[in-house]
Amino acid sequence: MALIADRLYYVLGVIVFLAVWQAASVFKLFGSEFSESFSPVAAMLALIEMIKNGELVHHALPSLRRVLISLSFAVVVALPVGVLVGYFKRIEQMTYVVFQFMRMISPLAWMPIAIIIFGVGDVSVVFLLWLVAIWPLILNTSHGAGRVSPLWVNMSRTMGARDAGILRKVIIPAAVPDMLTGLRLAVGVSWIILVPAEMLGVPDGLGYFILDTRDRFRYDQLMATIMVIGMIGYLLDSVNRWLIHKFSWKI
Amino acid sequence: MSETKAKGVPLLELRDVSKTFLKDGAEFKVLEKVNLEIDEGEFVCILGPTGCGKSVTLQIVAGLIEQSSGSVILDGREEHGPGPHKGMVFQEYALLPWRSVRENVELGLELKGVSRKERHRIAGEQLEIVGLKGAENSMVHEISGGMRQRAAIARALANSPRILLMDEPFEALDALTKEEMQIQILKAWEKTKTTIFFVTHDVDEAIFLSDKICVMDINPGRVKKILENRLPRPRHELVCRTDREFGEMRDQIIQLYSSLKDEELDLVF
Repeated sequence: MALIADRLYYVLGVIVFLAVWQAASVFKLFGSEFSESFSPVAAMLALIEMIKNGELVHHALPSLRRVLISLSFAVVVALPVGVLVGYFKRIEQMTYVVFQFMRMISPLAWMPIAIIIFGVGDVSVVFLLWLVAIWPLILNTSHGAGRVSPLWVNMSRTMGARDAGILRKVIIPAAVPDMLTGLRLAVGVSWIILVPAEMLGVPDGLGYFILDTRDRFRYDQLMATIMVIGMIGYLLDSVNRWLIHKFSWKI
Repeated sequence: MSETKAKGVPLLELRDVSKTFLKDGAEFKVLEKVNLEIDEGEFVCILGPTGCGKSVTLQIVAGLIEQSSGSVILDGREEHGPGPHKGMVFQEYALLPWRSVRENVELGLELKGVSRKERHRIAGEQLEIVGLKGAENSMVHEISGGMRQRAAIARALANSPRILLMDEPFEALDALTKEEMQIQILKAWEKTKTTIFFVTHDVDEAIFLSDKICVMDINPGRVKKILENRLPRPRHELVCRTDREFGEMRDQIIQLYSSLKDEELDLVF
């Protein structure tokens, strides 16, 4: 019974949120002219329309593709780097200042450089997303690899392990929960940066579509797109939470 | 195996092993000229109060700490660094929590590149020796402290080590489990005939388990006396703790310590 009550409260929160949104539109908080089309009801109708005419898929798929490609590249680069940084003290010392410095720079600041190097288009967007995703992955992985109990390391040495064996059998598996936490943060921040990054001259994607709906005064579609961005982000995060739950070891 | 014994050459020999640590810029002598011989198949306990360097001695033998001077000779060869021929059992078990009991036992075999099938067989054998049959697929957090230490012993034995080094392995366990484990390790020792070098600060434990007790002293850590333990075996029946001989041996050891200066006497037992 308690479980059902718990679930009801989650639903209740969403209902209150929608009610506040609807009220904001009724009281013309979005301006006197267009408030009507900002309402959740209008957004729902627009969403159904976008699903039917294929516009949603047309813009959501490129967005997902960009995020997944950049995340894959980020994982391939960041996990090995993170493990090395965490395991070898000298590498950690050499990279500490640079990494802490780099991660504080919004990837959008790199945008002009990305465009000079890669030109306007997909590659620039993927590069910016990659640049934002690697830091949480590197830092969490190195944190995980660095705090591995010395007892486990000593134990594996008495089992005959040398550096490669220690990394393979102890450090890397021990760091998996931290890697997944890093992945969760990376997905979150990539998804957030995706929207502005897609405003930089690509012909499709949810970020592009936000600008497009604005230009066409289709504020109902704008709100529908915002909802979709939130929902996909929520789903991606749920997948990550499930991964963390599934693959984190317990002591 | 018996060849070395016939020649009277010990399996393990510590020759003038000393260890100095640097502490706040000052040199601190932990071990001074420890000499000890362990024969093949022997069960030797190293006994002493906190700070006598008994654990350091064991870790030097394991190769996890390097001695400042002296040498460790195993099978006639000087030892440097750790390896699977010197199985180590830690007080804190050191099991990997993301692995099942069986996978933990298979660790050394994986590192050696033993095939999956063979690993499975050996791990099953060792788990049976330590009485863990049926718990193979449990995860570490699901089993008790006693079972964890059994798994750790099986893991060390799976490498068929020349010597099994045990660093106060039963200290984290409750009294009843501790006694059960003492009987268990004697049974495993009789079955596998593995030489065991066992660190403890528990006088009764040392007497109950050993063939030979190396009694250590503090400031600096050194060997005070090496006692032969001739209590009859097998000793699985706890009754023998109340035997007259057992009591005599205990008195003898306690007296060794009471001859120390009071300020040096910071005994845990």
